[in-house]
Amino acid sequence: MTIDLKTVKHISKLSRISVDDQKAKKLEKDLNSIFKWIEKLNELNTDNVEPLTSIAETALRLRKDQILSKNIREDILKNSPKDNKDYFVVPKVVE
Amino acid sequence: MTDITNLTLTELVKKIKSKEISSTDITSNYIERSKSSKKLNTYIEETFDDALANSKKFDAKPDFQKKLPGIPIAVKDLYCTKNVKTTAGSKILENFVPGYESTVTQNLWNSGAILLGKLNCDEFAMGSSNETSHFGNVLSPIDNNLVPGGSSGGSASALAAKLTPATIGTDTGGSIRQPASFTGTVGLKPTYGSCSRYGIVAFASSLDQAGPMTRDVKDCALLLEVISSFDSKDSTSIDFKRPNYFSDLNKNIKGKKIGIPKEYRVEGMPAEIEKLWENGKEYLKNCGAEIIDISLQHTKYALPTYYIVAPAEASSNLARYDGVKYGFRVEGENLIDMYEKTRSQGFGEEVKRRIMIGTYVLSSGYYDAYYLKAQKVRKLIKNDFDEAFNKVDAILTPSTPSSAFKVGEKMDDPVSMYLNDIFTVPVNLAGLPGISIPAGLDENNYPLGLQLIGKPFDEQGILNIAYSMEEKINFNLNTSDWWIK
Repeated sequence: MTIDLKTVKHISKLSRISVDDQKAKKLEKDLNSIFKWIEKLNELNTDNVEPLTSIAETALRLRKDQILSKNIREDILKNSPKDNKDYFVVPKVVE
Repeated sequence: MTDITNLTLTELVKKIKSKEISSTDITSNYIERSKSSKKLNTYIEETFDDALANSKKFDAKPDFQKKLPGIPIAVKDLYCTKNVKTTAGSKILENFVPGYESTVTQNLWNSGAILLGKLNCDEFAMGSSNETSHFGNVLSPIDNNLVPGGSSGGSASALAAKLTPATIGTDTGGSIRQPASFTGTVGLKPTYGSCSRYGIVAFASSLDQAGPMTRDVKDCALLLEVISSFDSKDSTSIDFKRPNYFSDLNKNIKGKKIGIPKEYRVEGMPAEIEKLWENGKEYLKNCGAEIIDISLQHTKYALPTYYIVAPAEASSNLARYDGVKYGFRVEGENLIDMYEKTRSQGFGEEVKRRIMIGTYVLSSGYYDAYYLKAQKVRKLIKNDFDEAFNKVDAILTPSTPSSAFKVGEKMDDPVSMYLNDIFTVPVNLAGLPGISIPAGLDENNYPLGLQLIGKPFDEQGILNIAYSMEEKINFNLNTSDWWIK
């Protein structure tokens, strides 16, 4: 299985990372060498193996439905690159 | 008072409690030494003025009941610190100032410790040499032009150079143990769920753990006791009775069964690593332990599994850096363009590479072939350990397949860089505790480490074995202070 330039461009789009042609060529080379190495896993038959999704095999704990963090709006908004004191500001989305 | 920085954490605590030295003495000595050690590039953010003010505050009203009374400590810049810039080594977070404190650092301050500053690391902890940091690479105090390892490279370098009495790192695939091994220091990755992940910049959430990095095993036990706690703010934090790792530390390991996994004897492993491992076995036998050959047959599949699981989780965790909430934004023609430009310019090459690997293995049509397959192999790797621990109490391996390498040596070949973590990654995949201790020197006098792997929640067991070995090994870290002008 090889990753071609078209696939690299597609992954970059899905990742929301713009990539120019030169970088895409470099990535094509790197990703192919990494995936060639990863494909060693296909040597193993895993048909009857349960996937391990988490080491902590406990059920999620429930907690009381209470507000624990109060008055943190300013703390959160202060890292926004653009703010109008009440909201995060993004470029216009709806025409 | 110049020899204050030569004391271990435990010695400092003792001397401060007996009022031989003050918190201000210790703090000012570390600040002075850190200021003359800029060449190593260990600090991203220095909080020296606040540290000095806090040490004076401590001395005015000391509380000697605390476990780390008035002790200054610099931490990896992956821990969110309230009102102190936290970058994770990334340009995309270069202006991020958290409004909250990580649980692990909060535990430090609750125990009386004082923040000295934030230490350099690979960007988002993705790297094995501290060369992917946006804030420049870190040099190892061991030799000029040598990497300190990674991703907790700034932490390892600052510790070995005596710019902090101890430190904390994070370990997703070896990021505490590999730099500890490269710099002749002690580093422990606890069992998954032992230390809270709350407030640690997330890389791969099913693998990330915080852990202590110290000059000796005693210090390691003390610091682990401080930072390990159950935390309801981390959904995978585990509520178990934590021992008093420090006061329970002992050298009684007679009759302990130590496994030697044959699969860790990898092709092309340098003879000096082989020798180190043999010496380790001898030390253990001299301590009364029993050596048992074991098999961890899926070892060779651990790294490829890791390079599916970790990037997959990272691609999801790093989706939050979109130019909206964390300070860095590059304007675009529209919302999507803004996202793409921000992430393209805000992330470094290795981080982008891993996000793209992760996005690909999770994408439609490839999920089963890669991600599900990796989760199944992860299960087989964990089964190997479960089976081995029916026969042995702990496992001894080298920490790394080689000693530290030169700056720039492996940056052009991602796979050869990834191979550094061959002995540490399986431990994260299985969620086990692992400790690296300095065990010898190679032909260039660069440190080499041995790793002990324990059963889940048996940090005390591997600490005790490490403590016994440490005495036999009698390792002395000598740096010539070549970086100080």
